Amino acid sequence: MADIVPTAAEDIPSAEVAEVDLYHAKSWWTKYVFSQDAKVIAVQYSCTAIAIGLVALVLSWLMRLQLGFPESFSFIDASDYYQFITMHGMIMVIYLLTALFLGGFGNYLIPLMVGARDMVFPYVNMLSFWVYLLAVVVLVASFFVPGGPTGAGWTLYPPQAILSGTPGSEYGIILMLVSLALFIIGFTMGGLNYVVTVLQARTRGMTLMRMPLTVWGIFVATILALLAFPALFVGAVMMLFDRILGSSFFMPAIVVMGEQLSYSGGSPILFQHLFWFFGHPEVYIVALPAFGIVSDLLSVHARRHIFGYRMMVWAIVIIGALSFVVWAHHMYVSGMNPWFGFFFATTTLIIAVPTALKVYNWTLTLWRANIQLTLPMLFALAFIVTFVNGGITGLFLGNVVVDVPLSDTMFVVAHFHMVMGVAPLLVIFGAIYHWYPLMTGRMLDEKMGKFHFWVTFIGTYTIFLPLHYLGILGVPRRYFEMGDTSFIPDSAQDLNAFITVAALIVGFAQLVFLYNLFRSLRHGKISERNPWKAASLEWQTAAYPPGHGNFGEHLPVVYRWAYDYGVPGAPDDFIPQNVPNNAVAESHAEAPSAADDAEAPRT
Amino acid sequence: MGDWASDQRAFKNVPWGKAMMWIFLVSDTFIFSIFLLSYMTVRSSTTVAWPHPSEVFALSFGGEPIPLILIAIMTFILITSSGTMVLAVNYGYRKDRAKTAMLLLATAAFGAAFVGMQAFEWTKLIVEEGVRPWSNPMGAAQFGSTFFMITGFHGFHVSIGVLFLIILARKVWRGDYDRGERGFFTSRKGNYEIVETMGLYWHFVDLVWVFIFAFFYLW
Repeated sequence: MADIVPTAAEDIPSAEVAEVDLYHAKSWWTKYVFSQDAKVIAVQYSCTAIAIGLVALVLSWLMRLQLGFPESFSFIDASDYYQFITMHGMIMVIYLLTALFLGGFGNYLIPLMVGARDMVFPYVNMLSFWVYLLAVVVLVASFFVPGGPTGAGWTLYPPQAILSGTPGSEYGIILMLVSLALFIIGFTMGGLNYVVTVLQARTRGMTLMRMPLTVWGIFVATILALLAFPALFVGAVMMLFDRILGSSFFMPAIVVMGEQLSYSGGSPILFQHLFWFFGHPEVYIVALPAFGIVSDLLSVHARRHIFGYRMMVWAIVIIGALSFVVWAHHMYVSGMNPWFGFFFATTTLIIAVPTALKVYNWTLTLWRANIQLTLPMLFALAFIVTFVNGGITGLFLGNVVVDVPLSDTMFVVAHFHMVMGVAPLLVIFGAIYHWYPLMTGRMLDEKMGKFHFWVTFIGTYTIFLPLHYLGILGVPRRYFEMGDTSFIPDSAQDLNAFITVAALIVGFAQLVFLYNLFRSLRHGKISERNPWKAASLEWQTAAYPPGHGNFGEHLPVVYRWAYDYGVPGAPDDFIPQNVPNNAVAESHAEAPSAADDAEAPRT
Repeated sequence: MGDWASDQRAFKNVPWGKAMMWIFLVSDTFIFSIFLLSYMTVRSSTTVAWPHPSEVFALSFGGEPIPLILIAIMTFILITSSGTMVLAVNYGYRKDRAKTAMLLLATAAFGAAFVGMQAFEWTKLIVEEGVRPWSNPMGAAQFGSTFFMITGFHGFHVSIGVLFLIILARKVWRGDYDRGERGFFTSRKGNYEIVETMGLYWHFVDLVWVFIFAFFYLW
């Protein structure tokens, strides 16, 4: 990489650096509750997301119990089952994964990694969390209204989403749509902050091409979200009109129970287009931060620079751009013009190119590296394997002719759980094990972590590999119970019972993980500074863990990329980003010593 | 070092607030585009004939109906308000407190007039002509629902704009931006760049109206 000289010190806009006191909280309330500190907001986001995620976890157990042992549970009927499915899907995709990656990791890591004091507009950032919390409260409220939450499936397809007969069509669907709209409003406030912080608030020397890939992933994912959520917002508003005011945006003329409803002339397919114009980028809103974070985890814990940094950045950008032109591959069986299917299959398969490029680069990063099998590394490796598996089944589903027989079977369920459920969650776990010391100053317990890892990794395969098989057999998704069929062997039910047992065990392992999170707050091993010997800025702060305003009196100056690992001759085998070429500092002190040490060898 | 991949800022000399407004407007553009695209889809998929806009939106003065006259006036007013906004930005950068404040207020007044006329238009459609979101006597039911939804969403944007224009005019008049008074939300010292940021929003709302006008009233 070419040498880039940081901008001279006097070029710093004074309003953005000098006012350190701006970032100090004045009271307990503004420090911990109505905090404008991105780090506290990140923790608030994460805790809320994990709490609502627990609800989704319990729902998945209930669904699995029903599928594995049908007719054994009198408290689960078909309506309940649809409500479980809907809420499980919605919570996991939007309220857990999106909120945790962007609201949680985005808030925590962006300002620290680009060398900023905070997000550019901390007050708006705070509002973002409170609106998100309101969205979650509205969502939870739908469990307690008459009729319960909506059971329309997480895609909320009209007309059935708002017709009587679908569980939750009284109030559940209204609260669901309102909650989504609120989530989008809240997210927009945060998302604007993340984008502007990355673009306009980096420290001296931090060029775009020196940002850690974590920041790149979250940055591009946020842009996707800002452009994709509008489609869901508009769809939600229009469906609210249909449900509350009786308009017919999505509702064709329809007869229910022998009675002609007042709807006429709407287009149900329009909603599917709107939903998937949001829905497909949403996959990458979840995946791109995972890509970025896993790149950093691999590089740090393999003590080797990321292979092909520039390619990795461009792959993220290209995947992001392509994700806007593939949405209708979710609609091959919806009744589209076949030419559309051809177009969308082509674009879908093209995405495999930059994605495969990333997988090769991760693998090449590990080539002859000094791999440390720490917990974050284990999860990162598990991610690569899982992501490849999920990606390969994606090639099946991306092709129209192969997709049509597999549509609406358990194969689809297994595919998206592997690729956008398990894979990003593995990265989230790895990231939490990696950054927990930075957040709390303590390490997570290694033994519990190992248990959590092996049960989760092997367990998810015992759940989802058989599920692919069931899908190929023709077991449909979203069926409350199979009953007697002529084409599915009875043994499929044994497999279902096996999957259920596996799912319960994996779920239990997540409780161990949560226990570990809480226990280590008090009883975890005290972490030394920068325990993983990482080069990026978040570990080079004056206070450890970083305090208000992130850095000390002066912002760090960046002289190199974030991947100078395994450098021969460097102390501790790596060089932090804020160490100048002519002074490889002995420690991770913020101001590099003026003494002329040996010239740092460059990679 | 002028390239946008260099350190610190991608867009040199662009303040944070202005950058944020631009990105918000891109996102908002998507919202309005999707509203309009959905309207076009619904309009072409509906089974009943679409009402004739030039007849629905006609006003009679002394017996003779003039097509689209109210919309023409509203559009004229909104575009005039863009002119006063531009002048306000200009005088803001010259730190001319009084003129900036007056022009901001004038912009707000034009905006308020626009919203008022829209309220009149809505009342006329609802009360006199019986247009409802779920039905109308002239034709396709989706006419009413798209009309109220899209113009309502735009009118909401204008109303928010008017509110902020008034707040901004008050701050300019008090001299907050001459003294570098700290903002309520941001706790940072404000300056006259905020007038331009406000202007971006206002011109955007105008521009959106041009599209709504073209696609809804002229089609």
